[in-house]
Formats: sequence, C-alpha cells, structure tokens
Amino acid sequence: MGKTLFEKVWENHVVSSVDESTDILYIDNHFIHEVTSPQAFAGLEKRGIGVLRPEKTVATPDHNVPTINQHLPIREALSAKQVSKLTENCEKYGVNLYGLQHPYHGIVHIIGPELGITQPGMTIVCGDSHTSTHGAFGTIAFGIGTSEVEEVLATQCLLQSKPKTMKIQIDGELAKGVLSKDIILYIISQISSSGGTGYFVEYCGSAIRSLSMEARMTICNMSIEMGARGGMIAPDQTTFDYVEGREFAPQGESFNNAVAYWKTLFSDDDAVFDKELYYKAEDIEPMVTYGTNPGMGIKVTGTIPELSEITETGKKSFMKSLDYMGFKPGESLYGKSVDWVFIGSCTNARIEDLRMVAEFIKGKKKAEGVNVLVIPGSKQVEKQAIEEGIDKVLEEAGFKLREPGCSACLGMNEDKVPRGEYCISTSNRNFEGRQGPGARTILASPLMAAAAAITGKITDIRELV
Amino acid sequence: MEKFNTVVSTVVPLPISDVDTDQIIPARFLKATTREGFGDNLFRDWRYDTDGNPKADFVLNNSEYSGEILVAGKNFGSGSSREHAAWAIYDYGFKVVVSSFFADIFKNNSLNNGLLPVQVSEEFLESIFEKVEADKSTKLKVDLVAQTISIEGTDLSESFEIGSYKKTCLLNGYDDIDYILDNKDKILEYEKNSIKF
Ligand code: SF4
Repeated sequence: MGKTLFEKVWENHVVSSVDESTDILYIDNHFIHEVTSPQAFAGLEKRGIGVLRPEKTVATPDHNVPTINQHLPIREALSAKQVSKLTENCEKYGVNLYGLQHPYHGIVHIIGPELGITQPGMTIVCGDSHTSTHGAFGTIAFGIGTSEVEEVLATQCLLQSKPKTMKIQIDGELAKGVLSKDIILYIISQISSSGGTGYFVEYCGSAIRSLSMEARMTICNMSIEMGARGGMIAPDQTTFDYVEGREFAPQGESFNNAVAYWKTLFSDDDAVFDKELYYKAEDIEPMVTYGTNPGMGIKVTGTIPELSEITETGKKSFMKSLDYMGFKPGESLYGKSVDWVFIGSCTNARIEDLRMVAEFIKGKKKAEGVNVLVIPGSKQVEKQAIEEGIDKVLEEAGFKLREPGCSACLGMNEDKVPRGEYCISTSNRNFEGRQGPGARTILASPLMAAAAAITGKITDIRELV
Repeated sequence: MEKFNTVVSTVVPLPISDVDTDQIIPARFLKATTREGFGDNLFRDWRYDTDGNPKADFVLNNSEYSGEILVAGKNFGSGSSREHAAWAIYDYGFKVVVSSFFADIFKNNSLNNGLLPVQVSEEFLESIFEKVEADKSTKLKVDLVAQTISIEGTDLSESFEIGSYKKTCLLNGYDDIDYILDNKDKILEYEKNSIKF
C-alpha cells in the first residue's frame, strides 16, 4: 500500500514509539516568540537543564510589539518585559534572535519561509497555532503549547499522537478577484470550525497547483481554523523555485541533492486517507464571515442562514454570535458599512498581498471615516514594499504602511478595534474580542478588504476588477 | 505536575459550543511571564462587564454552581494554542473538563498540566446538562483508572478514551520531558542517521 505525504514525512522523523498511537518525533526547526516562551525557559531553569540544540530554534518578538516607532523603547510595561525576557533567554541559551529593527524581524510564520529556514520534508513547531502556515512547503508543521515548547527546547523532540489524514482536493480555475483566502474560507464554511479536528490535511488538485507559494501559505495557515492539526501541500517546482537562493536554504550541490529528495515527497496514487473531500474552484466566490468563528462564512452575495437552518443544539451559540456581531438571521452583508480595515497578519501580509492591494487601490482614495491599518508581515516585506513604491501608492490613497508585527490580528499591542465597531480583516480569526474587547471582525481576502477601504462598505470585488 | 486521582464533584455547566481559547483567556491577559494567576481572568469578557463588575448571568458568578468539573458544549478549546487557557482553568480550581468534542491542541495542553479532558457522547453531555439543571447538587464521578464518567445517583455512565502513555503520566504526575530525556541515546542515534544535504 502506498503512503501519504504526511506519513512519509512523519515516519522520517520518528525517534521511537511510545504506545499504540504515540511517537517521539524529531523536530527540525522550532520557532519561538515572546508570549508563549517565557514559562518554557523558566521550566528549563527549574529542572536545571539547558537547550539541547539551540541552533535549531529561531526567536522573534511579534505578538505584542508596537507597529510605529519600533526604534523607541516599548511603552507598555508588560509587553516590554516579555520582549526583554525573550532577549535575555536567547542570550542565555544561545538561541538566534531576530529582534525589533533587525532586517529579518517579523511575524514568525512570515520570516521562516522568506529566510529559507522552512524547507520541504521538515518537521516544524512553534508555540502558535498558525505554525500550520509552513505546511505549504510539504512540511509537517503545527502549533504547540508552552509545556511542549519546553519539551522541544530540552530534547529537540516532541511526544505526539499520530493524527488521522484528510485529503482536500480543489480542481478547476478560480474566477477573477477570487483568491486563495476565499478558497480556505469557503472550505471552512463547508466543514465548520471543528470539521478538521483530529486530522492532518493535505490540499491538492489543479486549483492548488496553480497557486503561488504565498497563496498556498494563506491556505495552510488557516487549516487550524477548521480544527485540523495542520495542513500541507506536496512540494513542486513552484516550491523549489521559491526556496532556491534564500539565506538559509541549501546552496549549490546541496540544493540539487535536496531537490532530488524533495521530489519524493508526494502522496502515492494508492495511498489511503481517512477522509477525502472534493471541491470545484468554479463554485468559490469572494467570501466574508458574519459570525464569531471562521466557519461562519458566506459568499459576499449570500445571506446569513435562517435560524430554522441551524441544528437544535447549535441555536443558542448561533444567536449569541449574531447578537455579538449585531447581525440578524437571513441578512446579507453586502453594502454594510465598515469602520476599520486591517490588512496584515501571518495569513495575508506577505509581499504578494501588499502588491495586490497596491495594484487595486492605485489612483483611488480611501473612503471618508474608515480607519485603515496596513501592517507588513516582516521587515523584509516592508523593505521590499518601499523599494517597489507600494508605500507611496498607499499614502496617495490615504493609508500608511506601518512596521511589522501581529498588530490588530489579536490586539495585544495598541492596534485595537474599538468596541462595537466593524473591521474587515485579512487575518484568520473573528472570535469575540479578538481584535479588541467588543470588536466585530469580518474576515475576507486582501482584495475584499482593499475594496471596502475604498468604498467604506462590504463590496463585491468582482464588480471593481 | 500533580498526580491525578479520581474526582467526585458537583459541576459548573457551560452549555455553549465552540468555546475558543480567546474566550477562555483573552490575549490581553497573556502578558505574564509566569504560569500562575490566570484563573482570575478565566472567561474574563463573559464574566465581567467593561467596568470590571461581575455579570450576574454568567455561570461562574452564580454561587449556586461550583465544583472541580467544568462541563461545556461541543468543540471546546478551539483556536489559539495558548496553554494559558489550560492554566487558567486549572488555576481557577477545575480538575476535569467535560465536552462532546475537544480541539486537539487544547487537549494536549490540558493533559500536560494535569487537567483531564473527558470526551463524552452528545447524548451523555445533554443528560449531564439536564440533570444539573434539574438539581444543582448533582455530582459526577470521573475515574481515570477505570476510564469512566458517571452521574452519581443514576445508572448513567460512559467510558472515555485516553492513550495508555498519557494515562500513566497523569496517574503518576510525571511528564513528557522526563520520559524523552530517559531516551536521550535514541535522539543522538536519530541525529546521526538523519538525512543531510
Ligand atoms: S499574525 Fe495573528 S495569527 Fe499570526 S501569529 Fe500573529 S497573532 Fe497569531
């Protein structure tokens, strides 16, 4: 019997088996940030042990850093403390840190791929659920808790039970104005925010093959939003071309050897998945979410479900959610005004996203009264955006390109959406209070967000491109 | 980690599905650098109003409900991987969380902190909610050795699953790091033989 991509990579990393369902897995790369690592280092200290392979961990502060004046000390005391703790711990244990102002600083899931640290066939973990992003390269990448961060620091291994496998195949061609963000929002709306729990997903099909690496990362990034442990895409020429020449990628002869190995990383024709789902790209339209979990998504031309369409046990949560959002069953979101537009996060703050936004808004002006936050995913994205004149295009439209970080994706820094206000956001979570206490989040693609920034309303991007 | 013993307790019911970890502990309370004290902000925005006053209609503010067992709706602990969610629940005083479905990372985080996630069928979950609604002093018994959960004073009982390794860890209060470090020679052996370009 053939093997799935997931099984091939998993088996390559088993150090030993623990029980019928649990293995000790070797971890090739470990990313850490300021919020979920301090207690892990404290744990090492308590045990009196060190970091086994410090060169395999990379650190960056991203979650609570300000996105203006990063050259100044962080004003908020607790955030400043977490960032200085990270610096201290990295120095003490010899871990590589890309701190604020470093040319490689940025959101952890953006810098790994752009530096070539993320490569096909690896195991990658981080104390952050969107580690699934790296799966776009054909890696097993997933988020872990702080005890597990400590475990990886101490042993470079992780005890894990093997998830089930799911194949999601999307064939066909996407319509103009429909992006990979719409693909993933569509899938999650079909299977719900828990439909992938217990599974590791492989995305495949002609619609996936035709996507750039950036677009693939957006899809894998949101695997966790259907509850999946992670998502991966078999590496192909697009992947190899992306990795080639990056700072930490294998070079020259080693690169050729690596590619030869990476080419073996695909699911065999007779491989068996525990579950298979098939979708057509033609059925996918620009998406928006109306509720408080990412599974509550509809086509921009669609309507919120009627109460009668919701299962008996789900009614209470459904109404609680709509109440929070200020929407009614059966309503359409099309034409509703927004107060904020957030273009950023590890889902959609790569250079390709900013390019797309800039190309669309060029020569247009921001709608009166709308607040727009454009946050590059990393220092490198910021630099490239400036080199390409994207910052100027944004300024002419009335926006400003800020400095990199997670920002209003989770509102741990000053960038928050005020209570009760609506924000169309390119991030990945519309949970209650995610973008600030009482904030109301509508998830969408970068083009849909840019369109709303110009019109001040939820707009169908297809009418404008 | 503390050893897990059989728990017999009244319950705190939270019949809401898809409770994500941003609700369990909002991001703005993640700025501590130690593990303690998160219980104070457990379910912060459901529990307190904007002025910090307890909301009367939230179950943690209802003194008629208490106990070491939290019973929640389907798909509990989704979203962010923050272990702070498990710390907050444990710090508040819960030893067990019961639901008909748990998010994967939350489940791992709980097990790594001596908090037992017990997955039951939808029907059993409904029976618990019904019984507790009818009588707030209803107790549940969670027996890890036998892997059973039962509603005291009734013949309603179900068995639950847990991997044999994790079960041993919980019963003995030891963790993954101890276990893996005991296998260090295997790690070194793996490193010697792994693929390099
Ligand atoms: S951008 Fe948002 S989702 Fe991504 S790592 Fe930061 S907080 Fe998490």
